[in-house]
Amino acid sequence: MFRVTRRYQFAASHRLHSPRLSEEENQRVYGKCAYPYGHGHNYRVEVSALGPADGVSGRAADPAVLDRLVAAQVLDPFDHRNLNLEIELFGQVVPTAENIGLEICRRLKQHWRTAFTGDWPKLEKVRIEETPRNIFEIRADEIE
Amino acid sequence: MVITRKVEFSASHVCRNPGLSDQENLRIFGLAANPHGHGHNYVLEVSVEGQPDPITGMVLDLKELKEVLNREVVQPFDHRFLNREVPPFDRVIPTAENIARDIWQRLDPHLSGAGRKLQLVRLYETPDLYVDYLGE
Repeated sequence: MFRVTRRYQFAASHRLHSPRLSEEENQRVYGKCAYPYGHGHNYRVEVSALGPADGVSGRAADPAVLDRLVAAQVLDPFDHRNLNLEIELFGQVVPTAENIGLEICRRLKQHWRTAFTGDWPKLEKVRIEETPRNIFEIRADEIE
Repeated sequence: MVITRKVEFSASHVCRNPGLSDQENLRIFGLAANPHGHGHNYVLEVSVEGQPDPITGMVLDLKELKEVLNREVVQPFDHRFLNREVPPFDRVIPTAENIARDIWQRLDPHLSGAGRKLQLVRLYETPDLYVDYLGE
């Protein structure tokens, strides 16, 4: 069994601020991340696919197919965007790295079978680095 | 506990299936099907699982692991054209998956046993694409 992992990156801005918290609580919980005009990161995303090697190609996942899926579902909509304003979900949900990672995993899982049409490979996990020091990982079987 | 050692080798390869037409090879492998070959700086991470020896405090002497990796992988692979110079890649397509599995087979007899187990072979073809072989 093989795990094929591809690394991507996108740059985006966000602001962590919950309408369910008071101004004071937002400042306490999110600190600098709650400054009113937002700020940005170079996000790095690793997508891992799990599967056996195909008899004809000798590969477990075609990186070109994965690239097209990730470009359509993640990089095109997220790169050089203001996530709070330009990704509908983050109008309601605070775009923490946890929630961004969950949304990426959800989008890839939802469209996986239109990109990879066979039983294999399966989406195994998404890992998102908000900075080189802050890293989050979501298994595809954790979400619907 | 898992210990990992990293080594690098540079090699060229061609990814094409001789049973397929040029057009099909291009569709499946893209630029990697170029018959003249192309190369990568491969980075290999090998992980061994075990418990530290009560006397030495080591799972496996990293010096010994380094020697095994050099002898079994770096020496035969480094600065070679895999399809032409490193069997079985004269008949097995040298995709990162197949190279990772071949490396596992070369290393397993030297690293597993005596309470230790080869746990993972991770092969980076580029910094943005890597394959883990997890055993059969």
